[in-house]
Amino acid sequence: MKFSNYLEQIGGVSIYPIISLIVFVAFFAGVLIWIYNIDKKEIEHMENLPLND
Amino acid sequence: MQLERFSYDNTISRMFAIATITWGAVGMLLGVIAAFQLAFPVLNFSEYFPHLAFGRLRPVHTNAVIFAFVGNGIFTAVYYALPRLLKAPMWSRRLGLIHFWGWQSIIVLAALTLLMGFTTGKEYAELEWPIDILITLIWVVFGINMMGTILKRRERHLYVAIWFFLASWVTVAMLHIVNSFEMPVSLMKSYSWYAGVQDALVQWWYGHNAVAFFLTTPYLGLMYYFLPKAAGRPIYSYRLSIVHFWSLIFIYIWAGPHHLLYTALPDWAQSLGTVFSIMLILPSWGGMLNGLFTLRGAWDRVREDPVLKFFVVAVTCYGMATFEGPMMSLKNVNAISHYSDWTIAHVHIGALGWNGFLTFGMMYWLFPKMFNTPLYSRKLAGTHFWIGTLGIILYAIPMYWSAFRSYFMMKAFTPEGQLEYQFMDVVQTVMPFYVMRALGGTIYLVGVVLMIYNLWKTAKAGNFLKEEFVEVPATIAETSGPKDKFWHRVIERKPVMLLVLSLIVVGIGGLVEMVPTFLVKSNIPTIESVKPYTPLELHGRDIYLRDGCYNCHSQMIRPFRHEVVRYGEYSKAGEFVYDHPFQWGSKRTGPDLARIGGKYPDSWHFHHMYDPTSMAPGSIMPSYPYLFDSKIPVNTTASKIHAMRKMGVPYPDGYESQANEDLKVQAEQIAASLKNDKIEIAADREIIALIAYLQRLGTDIRATDIGAKEGSVQ
Repeated sequence: MKFSNYLEQIGGVSIYPIISLIVFVAFFAGVLIWIYNIDKKEIEHMENLPLND
Repeated sequence: MQLERFSYDNTISRMFAIATITWGAVGMLLGVIAAFQLAFPVLNFSEYFPHLAFGRLRPVHTNAVIFAFVGNGIFTAVYYALPRLLKAPMWSRRLGLIHFWGWQSIIVLAALTLLMGFTTGKEYAELEWPIDILITLIWVVFGINMMGTILKRRERHLYVAIWFFLASWVTVAMLHIVNSFEMPVSLMKSYSWYAGVQDALVQWWYGHNAVAFFLTTPYLGLMYYFLPKAAGRPIYSYRLSIVHFWSLIFIYIWAGPHHLLYTALPDWAQSLGTVFSIMLILPSWGGMLNGLFTLRGAWDRVREDPVLKFFVVAVTCYGMATFEGPMMSLKNVNAISHYSDWTIAHVHIGALGWNGFLTFGMMYWLFPKMFNTPLYSRKLAGTHFWIGTLGIILYAIPMYWSAFRSYFMMKAFTPEGQLEYQFMDVVQTVMPFYVMRALGGTIYLVGVVLMIYNLWKTAKAGNFLKEEFVEVPATIAETSGPKDKFWHRVIERKPVMLLVLSLIVVGIGGLVEMVPTFLVKSNIPTIESVKPYTPLELHGRDIYLRDGCYNCHSQMIRPFRHEVVRYGEYSKAGEFVYDHPFQWGSKRTGPDLARIGGKYPDSWHFHHMYDPTSMAPGSIMPSYPYLFDSKIPVNTTASKIHAMRKMGVPYPDGYESQANEDLKVQAEQIAASLKNDKIEIAADREIIALIAYLQRLGTDIRATDIGAKEGSVQ
């Protein structure tokens, strides 16, 4: 049985793929923006954590 | 600034390290024995030791390597790295000891019960319900100890390795609990709560993510700590490691259905598995490159340092396996790889290369540190490295070869439209590859023995540092920027937030796959002629589970011409609605059994179980002579029926009291049919129940009934 069969029975189903696309893009965009904005000093501190014990 | 003096306790890391090596050697030895059993079936010795036949030994091997070897490896790394990264001792030494001894008792109980035939029949989740509960408790102890340490830390930031440890902990907890829902029948017997297609979906959601969150993410944490340590330089890109973490845990959880391509699982769930598997290449390779690039400008040291050698090959194997996995998730490639030795090769690139070599590298680094002495012999470690690498190659190549050879033979048709080869022809042609694989495994094990000797000598030569004293600035409140209490609280909550966020991220994937499969009725079309198993068949099915038949036989015919011609009409989702647990299998060392019912007379099965080669010359199946002596445990019939009805199998009310009567009647019929073929056997023997079960398989629907209803073969 094809998935489209079940999808057709849901009201307003056309919004679902758009929502999932937005969730995905937002998630990864969020991660990328976040790491771009981390302070360089903080990154340096964190990446040296295993070496400073 | 005020300095605080405290110490890191090495004793528990040492205990876990010793356990890792010990169980590693045991697990691998069992693997080598199982490999030789496949090549030389006489080694099953099933006339004398029914407990050691392949079907029971293989789950002990897989469980030992995954949960005993890699499990203890994870704990070694956590108990060593976590305090050092957080500048605080482990929260509770007592919990650490409970964790250690609890986990080791689980391993011993697991090995004993599996060999005794107590199994749920779900791969990598075979342990019975009391052990499942014990695992949950010990896992919680581990979690409390880890979170306690994190909350008591002196370092404000959580290094990325800790994220991997935390996400692994919370996800494994979720997977284990959801997949272990089972209905107890007796102290050591239960049935999976789910049935058929749903059970398959939950099981492979679990199975795939056991690979992801037990064998991969905690070991990535290990890589992110020990690789920079050994290389003496920070990770190539810390930013990349953050992307690696979030994208990996976000995507991994969705990929489980790629283990069920071309099966009776709904198409949409299969496609979901494929899409997410392909996406997984990106974070996985990002992580691999992050590991390898850490060594930029230090490659000269890789030539000298055995630790780095092991790490480089481990990370390379991670890259190979995480490229191969997505490729195997493409339906056209999966058509070749599924049920074949390709899967076996794939997992061993991961287990021997990634997990094994990363563990060995860690041990060669850790022992000299903990015993405060140089490694006994770098040269011997180098030899181990080359022997191990050779072992992996000699293991994997024959398996790949065998997989392709089997595939082309299986699907070969004569010009007249007949199958060109019998199943037995294929079995015979791969035998040399099985011998080579067993030798490859043996060589790898020899390397491990060298390591044990080397580490033993190192430990002997040095003095064990029970505690390592350090002095660091007092608390995170003082080291952090804003000093008011609000920020302190926010920071303290961060790890909990991380834990919750990880759980949400991994929860979404599971929900999207499972909820529709469970709630949308039309996903599992019911078939009217499919009826519950009779009491005798139910006993037979439990024997099938007990002896691990699913380790070599599938019960799932894919919609391919060669499979339909060889095994019969392809399998339908509705046929498995009473299968607690499902038995689709994942490997065809023997033929598929989904429609074995009625294919041969009862006497054929009788002789075949006593001596497989008498009916199928060249067979590598173990014989099961004890089935002819042991009696069907009829005293358990009522509780089995009761448990099944509670899970929704429609046995009539009060059927418990009548079940054994029906069982007797059916058993007498089979005994009578055997008598017609001049075989005398009492009707109360286990072989009768097993024959009843096998003769039932796939007979609920007849090929003629289905074609019109379900559409044609793809």
